[in-house]
Amino acid sequence: MKLLNRLLHRQGPRSGEIARERLRLVLAHDRAHISPGLLEVLKDEIIAVISRHVPIDPEGVQVTYTEGPRVNRLVADIPLRTGRRARREYGPLGLLDAE
Amino acid sequence: MSARVVTVTSGKGGVGKTTVVANLGVALAMRGQRVVTIDADIGLRNLDVMLGLENRIVYDLVDVVEGRCRLRQALVRDKRLQELYLLPAAQTRDKSALRAEDMVRICDELRESFDFLLVDSPAGIEQGFRNAVAPADEVLIVTNPEVAAVRDADRVIGLIEAEGKGPARLIINRLKPELVRRGDMMDTAAVLELLAIDLIGIVPEDETVIVAANTGRPIAFTDHSPAGRAFHDIARRMLGEEVPFAPLKEPGFLERLFRWMRPEGEEQR
Ligand SMILES: Nc1ncnc2c1ncn2[C@@H]1O[C@H](COP(=O)(O)OP(=O)(O)O)[C@@H](O)[C@H]1O
Ligand SMILES: [Mg+2]
Repeated sequence: MKLLNRLLHRQGPRSGEIARERLRLVLAHDRAHISPGLLEVLKDEIIAVISRHVPIDPEGVQVTYTEGPRVNRLVADIPLRTGRRARREYGPLGLLDAE
Repeated sequence: MSARVVTVTSGKGGVGKTTVVANLGVALAMRGQRVVTIDADIGLRNLDVMLGLENRIVYDLVDVVEGRCRLRQALVRDKRLQELYLLPAAQTRDKSALRAEDMVRICDELRESFDFLLVDSPAGIEQGFRNAVAPADEVLIVTNPEVAAVRDADRVIGLIEAEGKGPARLIINRLKPELVRRGDMMDTAAVLELLAIDLIGIVPEDETVIVAANTGRPIAFTDHSPAGRAFHDIARRMLGEEVPFAPLKEPGFLERLFRWMRPEGEEQR
C-alpha cells in the first residue's frame, strides 16, 4: 500500500523541478520588464492587426517571451483560420484566390 | 594596507544575511584577519545579538554620523577573538538618519586599520540597501533555494551590476540535502543556472545555527558542524584559497532504494 502510494507520487515532476520552471519564466519576465499581462495586451493587439489582413484563429494565438543565449525574443504563433481546409479546397498553397 | 569592504545583501528578508556576516566575521578573525562587522540595518539592529555583543554597546553608527562620538568609540570589540569588532546599527532611529555618503566616509576611515569590513545590509532595495552597497568593493548575495528568495536575489544582482559593483558572488544558504535528493528542493546547479552568477559558498540547513543564534556564539567558533565548516570554506575562498565545493553526499543505490520504499517523513533514525 505504501509502495503503491510512492509509485503514484512518482508521477509528474517533483516540486524542485516545478520551482525551477516557474523561476525560469518569472526571471525572464522580470529582467525584460515584460509582464505576463503585457503579453496579453500585445496578443490582443496583434490579433486585431493581423486579422484585418488575414483570417486567423484568435483562440490559437500565442505570444511568448523567451530568453536565448544571444538574444531574447518575443515569439508570436498565429494559426491561420484557413490552414488545412483551405489547402484542400483551394489547392496546395492554400491561397484564397476565390471566395 | 587597505581593507576590503564586503557587503552582504539579498533582497528578501530572513534568508541569512546577518548570520552570514556574523559567521564570516568570526571565521576571518580566527584566520588572523582584522575585521569590523557593520550593521547597516538601521532601526532593526540584529548583528549585535547574533554576535552576543548586545550588552556592550555604548554608541552606534548614527551617533558617529551625527558627531556624538568618535568612530573608534563606537566599535565594540569581541573579546573572544584578537581582532573582531562590531559597529552597531542605531536601534531607536529611523532609516533616514543614514545616507550613502556617510557609509562611504565611515568605511574609508576604517579601511587603513583593518583587513575586512563586512557590511550587513537590510532587506529590500531602498535607501538602506543603497547605503550598504555604496561603500562596497565586493558584494555577496545570500539566497535560499526557494522561488521567492531566488527571484529577489536576481533583482538585486541586476541592481548591483547597474551600480557598477558587480560581479556579485552567491551564497546559497539553508540548503537541505535530503530535500534536494528527493527532488523537492532546487539543487545548486539549478540556482546558479537561473541567476548566472559565481558561487562562493553553500551553507546547509543546520540546527546548530539556531542554537548559536540563541546563545550569541556564532557557529563558526567551532567548525565541526556542517554550517560551521561551510562558513570557514567561504572565509578561505575570500582569502584567495582554492577550496573545492564538497558535493552533496549522494546516497548509494541500496540507500536510495530504501529511501524510495520508505514513506515520506519517516527518515532514518
Ligand atoms: N544555515 C542555516 N540553518 C538553519 N537556520 C538558519 C541558517 N541560516 C539562517 N538561519 C536562521 O534563519 C533566521 C534568519 O536569519 P538572519 O541571518 O537573521 O536573516 P536576515 O539577516 O537575512 O534577515 C535566523 O533565525 C537564523 O538562525
Ligand atoms: Mg538581518
